[in-house]
Amino acid sequence: MTPTTQSEGNFATQLLSRVAGFGFNLFEPLFRFAQKKLGVPNLGWLFVGPNLLVFGLFTFLPILINFVYALTGGIQLMPQNRPFTGTENFQILLECKNYFDIASCRKDIFWRSIVNTIKFSGIQVVLMILFSLITALVLNRKIIGRGFWRGVYFYPVLLSPVVVALIWKWLLQSQGVLNAGLLAAGSTPINWLTDAGWAFFWTIFVSIWAHMGFYTLILLAGLQAIPKDMYEAANMDAASPWRTLTRITLPLLMPNLIVVLVLAMIRAVQIFDEVFVLTGGGPGSATTFIVQFIYQTGFAEQIHLYGLAAAASLILATGLVCLTLIQLKLTKADEAGRTVK
Amino acid sequence: MKPDALLSNPTSAPQRALVFVTRTRQGGNTGKLDWTDWASYAYLVVGLFMMFAPILWLLMSSLKTESAINQFPPTFFPYSQKMVTVAGHEKPLAMFLTRVDGVEKPLAQVSRLGIVATMVDPAKPTEEIKVNIRERKPINEMEFAFENFTDVFKKFDFFRYLFNSVFITVVATLLTLLVNSMAAFALSKYQFKGQKAVFGLILATLMIPPTIILVPVFLVINSVGLLNNLWGVILPAIATPTGVFLLRQYMLTIPDEILEAARMDNASEWRIYWKIILPLSAPALAVLAIFSVMWRWNDFLLPLIVLSKSEYFTLQLALNSFQGELNTQWHYLLAMTVITIIPITLVFGFLQKYITTGIASAGVK
Repeated sequence: MTPTTQSEGNFATQLLSRVAGFGFNLFEPLFRFAQKKLGVPNLGWLFVGPNLLVFGLFTFLPILINFVYALTGGIQLMPQNRPFTGTENFQILLECKNYFDIASCRKDIFWRSIVNTIKFSGIQVVLMILFSLITALVLNRKIIGRGFWRGVYFYPVLLSPVVVALIWKWLLQSQGVLNAGLLAAGSTPINWLTDAGWAFFWTIFVSIWAHMGFYTLILLAGLQAIPKDMYEAANMDAASPWRTLTRITLPLLMPNLIVVLVLAMIRAVQIFDEVFVLTGGGPGSATTFIVQFIYQTGFAEQIHLYGLAAAASLILATGLVCLTLIQLKLTKADEAGRTVK
Repeated sequence: MKPDALLSNPTSAPQRALVFVTRTRQGGNTGKLDWTDWASYAYLVVGLFMMFAPILWLLMSSLKTESAINQFPPTFFPYSQKMVTVAGHEKPLAMFLTRVDGVEKPLAQVSRLGIVATMVDPAKPTEEIKVNIRERKPINEMEFAFENFTDVFKKFDFFRYLFNSVFITVVATLLTLLVNSMAAFALSKYQFKGQKAVFGLILATLMIPPTIILVPVFLVINSVGLLNNLWGVILPAIATPTGVFLLRQYMLTIPDEILEAARMDNASEWRIYWKIILPLSAPALAVLAIFSVMWRWNDFLLPLIVLSKSEYFTLQLALNSFQGELNTQWHYLLAMTVITIIPITLVFGFLQKYITTGIASAGVK
């Protein structure tokens, strides 16, 4: 590096710190005044103030308003203009003539989105954990260029859901490269995204493709924390690789596996962006999941049924709370098992 | 030369490279690869293909001309039909390898009616030849359509979307760092009444994903007049429990003696915060900054409900709306997609280590 670029770099950082210093100094009088009035420990309230204000306005207040929406009807946005309807929104969502036949439900699309979400989460989470675990185990071996390989699996995690969906939409469209491959292999092209079964398969595949690297990373961190002498001891006892995996690696990895299970589950239940761009929820309602139902009911359709959307989000919230409770229970059971041993 | 001899006594650069690539266990056994090593590398190579082939395909496709991109079956490299300008014809004409009287000649097509095409030899523009279209094949040549990338800026309001995305990402990240580091400072360095409750309350918001309060958040944003305003996307998420937690844990490791010394020197608390605590927390701030950039650049659902006018679209919203409208203009859509992933790719290229270690330690995305 030449001296000139060095000094330029210094100049840039100096300028930046000057600007930042000027900005911070603007708040000095306010904080000095508050320090005099409140005293030092209570000045903490001023420091957490902006944070609490944002949380209050955009998280805690909305939680309360959500109940208001769920219990009122009509199409008005302002809560004071909405008539109280009690549990009607929940009745509309949940009522069915025959609970074994989704088509007989008042809002059959809601039930379909729930069934789709459960099916999707169940399959996706199992496969996600399986593939992340295998990848983490492979990356934990003595391999050349581990950083590079880790980056390979992690890169898609950084891509936006819209970009991920577009990449795959381009591959999967009827005139896409996948169909060209099928044609070249002597097979007939398939309508990947307009066939209900295949569209569902690709939503699972694409979401695993996009997020696997994240879970791999968490599992890899867990694997690297396992003490090496455990494996040396197993090696001494001539334990088979399979036995080493099931008796040492997996039990010691359990805390990370639980984290991955719960994070993957909570994310899978809330899947929206990728699928919305990839299939739009179609064909029909084959890939419509619960968050898309909320978005469509509340915002995308001609008549915005805010009450129905809020009621559906409360049902989703209940599901998420259950998942969190399961996590707590699993963690406790795991820790209890550990102390007994 | 035997491969074994080559491996044990490397002299040339390729030989040394071969030794390097096949060596696995440092100092261990014999340096031989057993089947589990082979399986591992096979898995990794398949993974490399699965992860990067789609992205490579996107990149190659974005360099194709409009006619080449609609070709089926597609080619990997961007081939398109050769065009020539012939005297007496305004527009460039497409070239075909045409069989005339048993001899194949490159001819340009003037017009086509049903199965009969009127061709002309570029060398003899006056002489028109009529042939059956079955007697000819298009002549293709490799052509990189870099103009897709410039056209995107000329034909669409792409600069505005880019600006909106950059503005939201930069401003939101700076505010996220400021607001959360202030809270983390108070929660790690002060003991005030109600501090534990505040910390618990902030952590509790981890349990409340934005998707379940979509409708009321929309109401609040609407009520404060930030609908169709970039600030309506920036403000709701600048306070993040992840950020507070990450920074607080880091600031706890900064010894209180430093603060005491500064207080002796009559420094104000605000000055201690920004002159001492902030610079010392730089590593944690960097991790949060990277997260914030990722979150904001890729954000979709909140912008989708807040920004409905196209002049406020972010890149993600623009891509989403174009994929609905521009169904036939994939060459532009793919070029836009490539431009959108460039910043994230650069960030990843330079900061891979920090991102991966940051995520592994914080367990957040």
